Amino acid sequence: MTTERQSQINFHKIDEIMASYEYKKSNLIAILQQVQELYTYLPEDAMTFIGTKIEGLSPATVYGVATFYAQFSLEPKGKYKIKVCDGTACHVRGSMSVLNAVKTKLGLGEKRMTTEDGMFSLEIVSCLGACGLAPVVVINDKVYPQMTSDAIGIIIDTIIKEESN
Amino acid sequence: MGKMIINGKECEFTNEANILEVIRKNGFNVPTFCYRPDLKDAFGACRMCVVEIEGRGIQSSCTMPPQDGLVIYTNSAKVRRIRKTVLELLLANHDRECTTCDKSGSCELQKYAEEYGIKDVTKYVQRKEMRPIDDSSPSIVRDVNKCILCGACVRACNQYHGLQVLGFANRGANTVVQPMAGRALATSECVYCGQCVAVCPTGALTIKLQVDDVWKELNNPNKKVVVQFAPSVRVAIGEMFGLEPGVNSTKKINAALKAIGFDLVFDTNFSADLTIMEEATEFIGRIKNGGKLPLFTSCCPGWVRYLETEYPEMLDHLSTCKSPQGMMGAIIKKFVPEYYPEITNENIVSVSIMPCTAKKAEAIRKEFRREDGTYEIDYVLTTQELGRLIKSAGVDFNALEPINADSPFGKYSGAATIFGVSGGVAEAAARTAYQMVTGEELKDFVITPMRGTNLVKTVELDLKGTKIKVKIVNTLKEAEKCIEEIKAGKADYQLLEVMACPGGCINGGGQPQSCDDLSIREKRAEGLYEDDATDEWRKSHENPEIKELYEKHLEKPGSHLSHELLHTTYSDKWKKLYKNVGND
Repeated sequence: MTTERQSQINFHKIDEIMASYEYKKSNLIAILQQVQELYTYLPEDAMTFIGTKIEGLSPATVYGVATFYAQFSLEPKGKYKIKVCDGTACHVRGSMSVLNAVKTKLGLGEKRMTTEDGMFSLEIVSCLGACGLAPVVVINDKVYPQMTSDAIGIIIDTIIKEESN
Repeated sequence: MGKMIINGKECEFTNEANILEVIRKNGFNVPTFCYRPDLKDAFGACRMCVVEIEGRGIQSSCTMPPQDGLVIYTNSAKVRRIRKTVLELLLANHDRECTTCDKSGSCELQKYAEEYGIKDVTKYVQRKEMRPIDDSSPSIVRDVNKCILCGACVRACNQYHGLQVLGFANRGANTVVQPMAGRALATSECVYCGQCVAVCPTGALTIKLQVDDVWKELNNPNKKVVVQFAPSVRVAIGEMFGLEPGVNSTKKINAALKAIGFDLVFDTNFSADLTIMEEATEFIGRIKNGGKLPLFTSCCPGWVRYLETEYPEMLDHLSTCKSPQGMMGAIIKKFVPEYYPEITNENIVSVSIMPCTAKKAEAIRKEFRREDGTYEIDYVLTTQELGRLIKSAGVDFNALEPINADSPFGKYSGAATIFGVSGGVAEAAARTAYQMVTGEELKDFVITPMRGTNLVKTVELDLKGTKIKVKIVNTLKEAEKCIEEIKAGKADYQLLEVMACPGGCINGGGQPQSCDDLSIREKRAEGLYEDDATDEWRKSHENPEIKELYEKHLEKPGSHLSHELLHTTYSDKWKKLYKNVGND
């Protein structure tokens, strides 16, 4: 997947996405999902563009939808998207300590969920449907079962090592 | 049709939209924050209007349609308990610095907290973080710490203008009402009409006040302060002093302003007459010379800004005439020093009093900046601020002896005074255009189809063979439909009058708050039509001071000097707001 930055927004592409959904207000969520697919997040100018183009919407209302749903991100995601499950099963099996380990290791916190070099981004998700393997972490669609704070540290180290080669 | 029992009283209903309306019609009251009779799609956000209905439990009365046989209690112990809890929760999350709040005294949250005897809200978690206040706009101050998330502003902006400048963002406890991505209002597509302020029950959205600045100038012995006030101010200001809406207070305002210490008092109605002279000339010119039609009126700064941001490609339809405020500003700074020797270019201060928050932004348009860096209008006060000014000056408004405005630039015709109501500009223009085209006076100059509260009015006129169709709309949502019509080549009219506020300036964002009683704006409109009916002159070209101004100075409407002083230019403002958006 190509990762594009705010400065390189391809409005033509966004227009194509809106056209494929007939510029309908009721298709806003699907449109936003597609745009997020393209950029890994929802750039502000893209939301403004959508809000201006679609009848019955405004930039502020698009922003409202984007900030209401947890699935949308307003900041760029990293090359490696780490999802830590905090569903009930994962939670009781210690997902919080796994989460904190990731935060400490990558220097992420309350507001900042993507590393400065754009390599990693962190997300907390509610349930991945793999409760038997709790606590679960998913990195770019690869599932890591029965995580511990030590194990996730090793996994991240491995990725960093691969990347630096 | 049917009957309901409200608090033991049998109440009939007909076509009311909800039981809240029926309750209020029958002499009971239910507190509300988010419900405004003019705003459609009541959504029961604030939960203050809850009532107890036998067999149905607790329901929000603003969202429930009337049904035959309902037994309703508007004030049961349970209902009162719920309302009290709602108030306590709202207050726990509210910046309760009431005494220094602009809304103090007219705040509905304050009012109901007092009525319901709320004394302690500390049992709930208190608001911790204070968010910054947005005072970037010249017209409106937005303080999210005072917001109760009732959504009235969001609905008003959408229903009237389709702009949706404000929207809900985030979720749960983090929810805020804000422009796109928390931008400042000044960098949003807001047109500053102030209708969001007019429906806000708390101090979250308030008018940006300039009362203190004006006091400073009034107290400065080296300054001469000159003031003008708009048509609609005269029929609304009385409401702040216990008078009925629609009572014409023109001469009382003149007296009040003099009592406060203004050196000269002029009437924006004078420049409304001037606007008609220029705009009618421009209109006839465009018809004769094949200019861009339909011509758009340019008196409403909300409408002008809307075109500049949303439809810059349509700006050549817009009349080049400044608004009456703008024209008066130019006349004041140009001619007052000539007429009054004690007033000079250096010591003159020009203040205007408007029913409108957008006029504050209009006054500081770069086109209205003079060579010396000052503006033609130095300060703009709203009707509400005039009320404050009078009160803080200790002037007893009702006891004032009525006086006339200063002359010249203080006389006006009936055509000018109806500028304040939707359809008035078109009617005034028709009266003068008829004379300009035919050389004869229009006999039936009260054009009833142009009057009334409809959002859209279309009127055909026959100027002795020259047939003209005029479309009159209020609210920008209706205006947008016209623009789309024109773009599609389906517009068969030559003049389009637009006022952004529903009903026109009489219902402007700077007027005394009136959003809970729709009859108020009608009474204000009646007040202006009554003023028209009793004025000595009924047509702008009959105003003797207008004649004198052209004879002595401007030569004729549309002259070189007229253009220099009374006309303006417009620019694309969309690019400035969102310069990257849409450009690959």
